Amino acid sequence: MKQFLAFVTKEFYHILRDRRTLFFMFGLPVVQILLFGFALSNEIKNASIAILDQSKDESTQALITRLDASRYFTIIKTLHHNNEIESVFRRGEVKLVVVFPANFRQELLHTNATQVQLVADATDTNTATTIANYAASIIRQYQDELLNEQKLPYTIRVENSMLYNPQLKSAYNFVPGVMAMILMLLSALMTSVAIVREKEMGTMEVLLVSPMQPLMVVFTKAIPYLVLSFVNVIIILILSVTLLEMPINGSLTLLLLECLLFIFTSLALGLLISSATHSQQVAMFISLVGLMLPTIIFSGFMFPIENMPKILQIISNAVPARWFYEIVKSIMIKGLGIDAIWRETLILLGMTVFFMGVATARFKVRLEG
Amino acid sequence: MKKSVIITDKLTKRFGAFTAVDAITFEVTQGEIFGFLGANGAGKTTAMRMLCGLLHPTNGRAEVAGFDVFRQREKIKQHIGYMSQRFSLYEDLTVRENIRLYGGIYGLKTNELKTKSDTLINRLGLNEEANKLVRSLPLGWRQKLAFSVAILHEPSIVFLDEPTGGVDPVTRRQFWDMIYETANAGITVFVTTHYMDEAEYCNRVSIMVDGRIEALDSPTGLKKTFSADSMDEVFIQLARKATRND
Repeated sequence: MKQFLAFVTKEFYHILRDRRTLFFMFGLPVVQILLFGFALSNEIKNASIAILDQSKDESTQALITRLDASRYFTIIKTLHHNNEIESVFRRGEVKLVVVFPANFRQELLHTNATQVQLVADATDTNTATTIANYAASIIRQYQDELLNEQKLPYTIRVENSMLYNPQLKSAYNFVPGVMAMILMLLSALMTSVAIVREKEMGTMEVLLVSPMQPLMVVFTKAIPYLVLSFVNVIIILILSVTLLEMPINGSLTLLLLECLLFIFTSLALGLLISSATHSQQVAMFISLVGLMLPTIIFSGFMFPIENMPKILQIISNAVPARWFYEIVKSIMIKGLGIDAIWRETLILLGMTVFFMGVATARFKVRLEG
Repeated sequence: MKKSVIITDKLTKRFGAFTAVDAITFEVTQGEIFGFLGANGAGKTTAMRMLCGLLHPTNGRAEVAGFDVFRQREKIKQHIGYMSQRFSLYEDLTVRENIRLYGGIYGLKTNELKTKSDTLINRLGLNEEANKLVRSLPLGWRQKLAFSVAILHEPSIVFLDEPTGGVDPVTRRQFWDMIYETANAGITVFVTTHYMDEAEYCNRVSIMVDGRIEALDSPTGLKKTFSADSMDEVFIQLARKATRND
C-alpha cells in the first residue's frame, strides 16, 4: 500500500509539473468543447429568407410570424409572384423561400390537407438541408397546435421531421464525439507516452529491480490518468450543460459509469501501445494515427456511418469510440436506459477485456523475462 | 572466512540458439568490490539481469543474498540495490521527493524514511538543494544522490551498471570514495565498467568474453598472469579472442 501511494504521488508530480501534459489534460477539453460547440457549429442562425404568400390568410400570417420570430430566420423580403423567386436566389439575397399556395387556410380547413413549398438554395447542400429542416419543424409545430385546438386532423404536408433534435442543434452530435476523442487522447496517448518515457529515461529498469511487481508498475502508472480522465468527463459535461445547453435526459449515474468503461478501454489500448514501443515519438504516432484518426472518422460524429461504403461500415465496428458515441447519444439525448444500450456496453466491455488481456500478456513476457 | 553473497554455478542463459551467458561460475564475498568486465555484447548485462532477478536463467544455479535466482526473485529484489549509467532519478522530482519515492517503493517506514532522508541530505551537503528539482543539479551530484538512493534500504549487495559513464575524472574519483565507504560498511559492490583505471580499484575482477568468464582474480594477480603492466593490456589481450560481434 505504501509502495502504491509513493508511486501514485510521483506520477501526479510528473503530470502537474509538465506544462505540456497539463495543457493536454485540461486545456484541450475546454478548447475542443468550445470550438466544436460554437465555432465549428453547423447550426445556422438568422438566415435570410423570403416569403411568397399567395393566400394571405389567418394561417399563413400565423406561420410567417412564427418563422420571423424564430432565431433561425430573418424575413428580408416579401415576394408577390412566382417569377421573383429565381431572381432573389440569383442575387444571393436569401437562402430559402417559403411559398404558401393560394387558398392555404381554406384547403386546410376543408380538405384537411395543404402544402407548403420550401425552396432552398442548394449550392451549399448542408445549409440548404439544415434550414429547410428548421422551417419544416416550425410548420409542424404549428400544425400540432392546430390539432390540439380542433377536433379534425389537419395536415400540412412537410417532408422532413427531426426526431430528438428538432432544432438540429449540432452540439448534440459533437459533445458525445468530442468526449470520445478527448478520452481516447488522454487515456490512451498520455498513458502510453508516460510508460514509454520511463523506458526511455532508464527509470523503468530501476523500478523493475525494485520489489514492486512489474505488472503493478505498469498499471499504477495508468491510475492518475484514470482519475484525471474522469475529472475531465465531469468538466466536459458541466460545460456542455451550461454553455451548450445540452440536455442529459437519461440517468447521470449510468452515463458516468459508461464513461468510466470507455476510459478503461482507452487505458487498455494505451497499455497495449506502450508494451509494443520503445520511444515516445512512436507511441505518440501510433496513438494519433492508430487511435485518434479512427475515432474521428468512424465514431459517426463527423461523418455518418450509414453513408459510408459497406466495407468501411464493417471496419467501424472495430472502433471502440463508435460504440461509446452510440451509448452517450442514447443516454444524453434520447434519455434511454441500460435496456437499450446493453449490447453496445457489452461490446465495449469485451473489447476492454481483450485489450487488457493482450497488454498484460505482452508485459509479462517483456518485463518478467 | 567471509560469507559469500553471490554464488553462481554454471549459470547459463540462452535466447533461442544463441548462448548469451555460457555456464559462468563464481562467488562474491560480503563487503567485496567486484568488477564485472567485458566488451559490449560479451554477456555482462544478461548475467547481471539474471542476478538481479530480472531475467529467468536457462540453466545452472545461482544464489544472491542467500536467495535462489529461479524461485525467489522477489526476495532477491528486496535485498539488492541497483543503479544504472543513467542515474535513474526522476528529473522532474525534487531531491527529497526522489528519496521519498524510492524509500516508499522499498517499504521503509515513514519515521525511518524521514530520518534517513535528513541524514542523507546532510551527508551529501544538499541541504539547500533538497527541495530543488533534480534536473537543476550538476551531473556529479546527481550521480552521488542516485548511488545513495540505491543503498537507502541497506541492501546486502548493490549492482552498479557503468555508474560513472559521462562523468569527469575528479567526480569519478570522489564516487569511488563513496564505493569504498559502502564496501567498508559491509555492502557488497558489484560493478560493471569500461574504465580500466576503475578496474584497478576493485578487490577482484572478472572478465567476460563471448559469454564465458575468461579470467577472474585480483587486478595484481591478473596483471601477473598475463604479464601485463596495466589492466588495460590484460583486457585487450582477452577481448581480442572474442569471436562474436555485437
